[in-house]
Amino acid sequence: MTTETQPGHDSRAESERQWMIRFDKVVKRFGDVTVLRELDFHVKPGERVTLIGPSGSGKTTILRLLMTLERVTSGTIEVDGRYLSHTRRGDRLVPADEKHLRQVRKKVGMVFQQFNLFPNMNVLRNITEAPVRALGVPRDQAEAKARELLELVELADKADKHPSRLSGGQQQRVAIARALAMEPEVLLLDEVTSALDPELVSGVQNLLRDIAQQGNLTLLCVTHEMRFARDISDRVLMFDQGQIVEEGDPEQIFTEPEHQRTREFLQAVLDA
Amino acid sequence: MIWDWDWTLEILPDLLTQGLLVTVQATLGGAVLAFVLGLFLALLRRSRRAYISRPVGAVTEFIRSTPLLVQLFVVYYVLPDFGVSMTALTTGIIGLGVHYACYTAEVYRAGIDGVPKGQWEAAVALNLPRHWTWLSVVLPQAVRRSLPALGNYLVAIFKESPQLSVITVVDVMGLARELGSERFRYLEPVTIAGLFFLLIAIPASILIRRMERRLDH
Repeated sequence: MTTETQPGHDSRAESERQWMIRFDKVVKRFGDVTVLRELDFHVKPGERVTLIGPSGSGKTTILRLLMTLERVTSGTIEVDGRYLSHTRRGDRLVPADEKHLRQVRKKVGMVFQQFNLFPNMNVLRNITEAPVRALGVPRDQAEAKARELLELVELADKADKHPSRLSGGQQQRVAIARALAMEPEVLLLDEVTSALDPELVSGVQNLLRDIAQQGNLTLLCVTHEMRFARDISDRVLMFDQGQIVEEGDPEQIFTEPEHQRTREFLQAVLDA
Repeated sequence: MIWDWDWTLEILPDLLTQGLLVTVQATLGGAVLAFVLGLFLALLRRSRRAYISRPVGAVTEFIRSTPLLVQLFVVYYVLPDFGVSMTALTTGIIGLGVHYACYTAEVYRAGIDGVPKGQWEAAVALNLPRHWTWLSVVLPQAVRRSLPALGNYLVAIFKESPQLSVITVVDVMGLARELGSERFRYLEPVTIAGLFFLLIAIPASILIRRMERRLDH
């Protein structure tokens, strides 16, 4: 596996603030399987981007790379002008150490398909644990903030409950509050409503729509819910086999897709 | 041979107080050591550094593959030659504790492996420092999963504790043997000793099974 990469030759100053997320020739392989092939894509600060495409097309891998749950095989990723999993040593880029990862990770938060709440803590503690342990926020401050966030996700009365006492939709709303408590600049949403019962989906989607409209959060969202994708995003990227086959604003992608693969995919999803 | 009730009543208080007290001390002491040391062994065995994980793995495997009785003899009769001497009971507690720590280490290991990957990933996504990921997320869940198996080992340690009588610890069984040898009559003291174990082990097992069922859902 190649872990060293030549830095790009473009002017770095220009890219500093222009892009919140920047993928440069990113390749990701798992064994023999190539999931991403020389992927380039950029996301502006505050932009809301949805990734669509068939399963196995590499959408989730993009989110996992950004969250540092996976490492690139080659290529570079920048978040807010900083290399994500590389550091510059002389004129070369070398894989970053844990300290560097902790720094860049501060900007990124993620909400998972399976919520992944901590079952051994109550709701409030789920939200405060990371601010207290990772950022050193005093506990009373963290709790005040957590209660505000619970207000936002309309679960103020569940602060003392354990996750197992909540419905899937409620758990996912807690997970969203938990991610927001770390005040990320980029929020990654990985099929956040796929594990929910149908009647609970809209609650979570409405919440995310509100969050998307209020803040200046950069959103990167993987979903199979086309209506949600349309509502929430400024731009839609259609993926197939590790590459972007088409991109555009949601209106254009959903009403008059240009690419054959996009048409087939949308047809299949809408029929389902 | 007919059961001698008078003698039974005569020896019962001693067996109940002195004997059982030592058995309980040995059991609880051994169990606490086994539960704490076992956790450390499990963590060391998971270390990414081979020079830590390998030797720890080898030693636990060695201890698990040799009889407790042999280990007790070595610790009690051989170590004093190297200037290490302790009371019989302390030796016994350490012997039981270290022996069973090698088993509880496996229990914890399974418990840790059973914590879903998503929990680790959520901890990374929240930028939780490594040691807090262990302390507040992984270990509480792993230990909870381990409790029923640890309970079973507590009962096992309790039942194995009479082995300490070979290194002169006077527990229920040791005392029963002593009392028996006074009259060359073992029926009553040994039966009483056996009943003690039965009366404690059965309710304990039932409690553990109930705990297991509660943890299942």
